[in-house]
Amino acid sequence: MAVKVKDLLDKGFVLLAGEKGIEKEIEGVYICDLLSWVMAHAKAKNAWITIQTHINIVAVALLAELSCVIIPENAKLYEDAKKRADEEGISVLSFSGTSYEAAIILYEMMK
Amino acid sequence: MGLLAEVVKEMVLYSLDFNVKARDFDSAGEVSSNLRTVLKQLSLNPDVVRRSCIACYEAEMNIIIHSYGGHIKIEIFEDKIRITAEDTGPGIEDIELAMKEGYSTAPEEIREMGFGAGMGLPNMKSNSDFMEIKSSSEGTTVLMEILFK
Repeated sequence: MAVKVKDLLDKGFVLLAGEKGIEKEIEGVYICDLLSWVMAHAKAKNAWITIQTHINIVAVALLAELSCVIIPENAKLYEDAKKRADEEGISVLSFSGTSYEAAIILYEMMK
Repeated sequence: MGLLAEVVKEMVLYSLDFNVKARDFDSAGEVSSNLRTVLKQLSLNPDVVRRSCIACYEAEMNIIIHSYGGHIKIEIFEDKIRITAEDTGPGIEDIELAMKEGYSTAPEEIREMGFGAGMGLPNMKSNSDFMEIKSSSEGTTVLMEILFK
């Protein structure tokens, strides 16, 4: 069965913004902090793990058709980024562990 | 192709023009997000929408990061979308070098935000079917076309 963004909420991920986007499906994971690199290489329906927490991550996720943004190690999301994510329906989730640990959970869920 | 068909092909069916301010990172991506909304309403092929938006986003970011300001014109034709990004600014010193993946002249504080990966122009090229750059010390114009094939 397809993994959805909302399924992450049972696995220790916390929704910070973009509740409208939680029904989106996740078909893969992409980890990178360089925005243009993400634009070039992430695939549509990828969950994107990044330590960038400013407003521009919302545009990148929207334009590259990503499923959601995951912020590892409880990094703080900027308030204006939260507002934009809510407007655009881009789910942003926080995770206490590292990018690697988040990716492992996603891998297990998608297996 | 008949003359009429040729004329129709060159007709702009819809056009938009957006100003882009230098160093306005808070609004970065707005032009591309607006473009996405329009293209989705036109029910264009999702791949065309995605490629157009990525190409437009990179052009938008380049104006914000590198120029003194500019504008982006979007024109939709029967068979393609044309994105023209025009700015005033220092221009691109070496276009060939700027086209290389990983080459960037972005300042350090911008790179820390994840910009300036040196992928802007290469991304614009790989997402468009035609691309042309004209640059001088007065400014830069990048024209891109994405075909609805």
